[in-house]
Amino acid sequence: MTKYSIFSIARNAFSHHKNWPRQWRSPEPQKEYDVIIVGGGGHGLATAYYLAKEHGITNIAVLEKGWLGGGNTARNTTIVRSNYLWDESAAIYEKSLQLWEGLSQDINYNVMLSQRGVMNLAHSLGDVREGVRRVNANRLNGVDAEWLDTDGVKEFCPIINVSKDARHPVLGATLQRRGGVARHDSVAWGYARAADMRGVDIIQNCEVTGITRDGGKVTGVETTRGFIGAKKVGLVAAGHSSVLASMADVRLPIDSHPLQALVSEPIKPVIDCVVMSGAVHVYVSQSDKGELVMGAGIDSFNSYGQRGSFHVIEHQLGACLELFPIFSRVRMMRSWGGIVDTCPDASPLVTKTPVEGLYVNAGWGTGGFKATPASGWCFAHTLARDEPHPLNAPFNLDRFTTGALIDEHGAAGVAH
Amino acid sequence: MLLIECPWCGKRHETEFRYGGEAHIARPEKPEDLSDSEWANFLFMRTNTKGVFAERWYHANGCRQWFNALRHTVSHEFIGVYKMGEKPPVSVQGSEDR
Ligand SMILES: Cc1cc2nc3c(=O)[nH]c(=O)nc-3n(C[C@H](O)[C@H](O)[C@H](O)COP(=O)(O)OP(=O)(O)OC[C@H]3O[C@@H](n4cnc5c(N)ncnc54)[C@H](O)[C@@H]3O)c2cc1C
Ligand SMILES: [Zn+2]
Repeated sequence: MTKYSIFSIARNAFSHHKNWPRQWRSPEPQKEYDVIIVGGGGHGLATAYYLAKEHGITNIAVLEKGWLGGGNTARNTTIVRSNYLWDESAAIYEKSLQLWEGLSQDINYNVMLSQRGVMNLAHSLGDVREGVRRVNANRLNGVDAEWLDTDGVKEFCPIINVSKDARHPVLGATLQRRGGVARHDSVAWGYARAADMRGVDIIQNCEVTGITRDGGKVTGVETTRGFIGAKKVGLVAAGHSSVLASMADVRLPIDSHPLQALVSEPIKPVIDCVVMSGAVHVYVSQSDKGELVMGAGIDSFNSYGQRGSFHVIEHQLGACLELFPIFSRVRMMRSWGGIVDTCPDASPLVTKTPVEGLYVNAGWGTGGFKATPASGWCFAHTLARDEPHPLNAPFNLDRFTTGALIDEHGAAGVAH
Repeated sequence: MLLIECPWCGKRHETEFRYGGEAHIARPEKPEDLSDSEWANFLFMRTNTKGVFAERWYHANGCRQWFNALRHTVSHEFIGVYKMGEKPPVSVQGSEDR
């Protein structure tokens, strides 16, 4: 594989950029692997990469029923931040942000991380208190955080309507300057290429239909391309986690819901940061192409249909126009939905299961894109050592029995 | 937007309703006898069916009654609605009392 650099660009210019090698192989599945990862989204591919890089395990297959990153990895609004409330969450999301900061170099692939700052608006006295509390909690955990008053918000993002008689008055905001956005496809493709270079087999169009066990221990998976043996199986299937876990008779505390997003026609640069408002279900940023990227809250009902109801978008755009009257004549180009795996405490599962050799990485719900690097890093550790890393130990399945929940509804909630 | 048939009011827009999640999760008969893992199963573990799913809806902006529905979670098609306390009209996976 060629290393991407200015020299490789120059070299390939001589052949009019027609001879770039493929970014990863498309191998036939082998009979057996040390580890099978089910799900070729960002989290699954990152897991395979860190298994190879950090733990020297390379006899791995990533099985994807469709194409790489066709799930939530490519459907999300790409907000990256680490300002979560509780110690456990701050630790894992901050680890993730630190991995993001070196990721393009590490995997030799430009993930276009743009640390343009993420603002979370407060519209009520309750929001203000919660926001200030979060800023303080973040600082105690070494996560950069600032509190902005109304003037500070206006200065950071001049197009926001901060008028006192607005339907959603802006009373202040939390700001994480190191937060921002990254390029979703690059994350999937970059991890895929880096994993493939280390010998990982990435197998697309291969749906897992069963998980075989012998005496309570995993022996492999049934797929649309036949049986493939494995010593260990890691499920990283986001919205489909319950379906896969049920193949091994494991029950999860997860419900799958549609989450919708939409983009506008491209316009000139108008907003150079990310603005989120959990209270009124809006978040907005502007892509490099100039499209406004916006997201809504989840649809209430359970679904695997990758689409939601229009009234959710209507509600979201109503609040959006109140905050940004300047958008009133922008046309929306397209909207779509992904299926998010929500946990009762809005925190993920990166965990062993009661079945020996079966591991689950799920429940990232509406906000797991930002966690992609740390999720893969921790899950690789868990798979390789058969025990969690201290960073993901709190995110076990057992917490629903012990009651040690990690309630991040405030920091995760609608926000992403 | 879903068009939902309330057993009392007929077909109404989804915005009139609240969602109640999985149906037929029976309250424990003797809560004091439950182990921690039985509590976890009752409170948190969910079937999350891909396919025909038995679920609860509440006609919040209408007759304010709860009812059950069978709906396909991929096509979103409603197979039927039935009253609280009734068995599903068709037996499907994930809709049995547990
Ligand atoms: C609209 C929307 C906006 C979002 N916005 C943000 C945001 O701004 N910031 C943020 O941090 N997060 C956001 N998220 C959440 C984020 O997208 C997810 O948490 C994250 O991308 C999950 O990554 P993943 O790799 O686990 O899942 P996915 O990318 O969904 O990968 C799972 C893969 O498993 C495959 N699979 C499923 N079943 C099988 C099977 N039986 N066999 C083989 N393969 C299978 C699927 O095809 C899929 O490719 C958003 C999500 C949505 C839908
Ligand atoms: Zn009614």
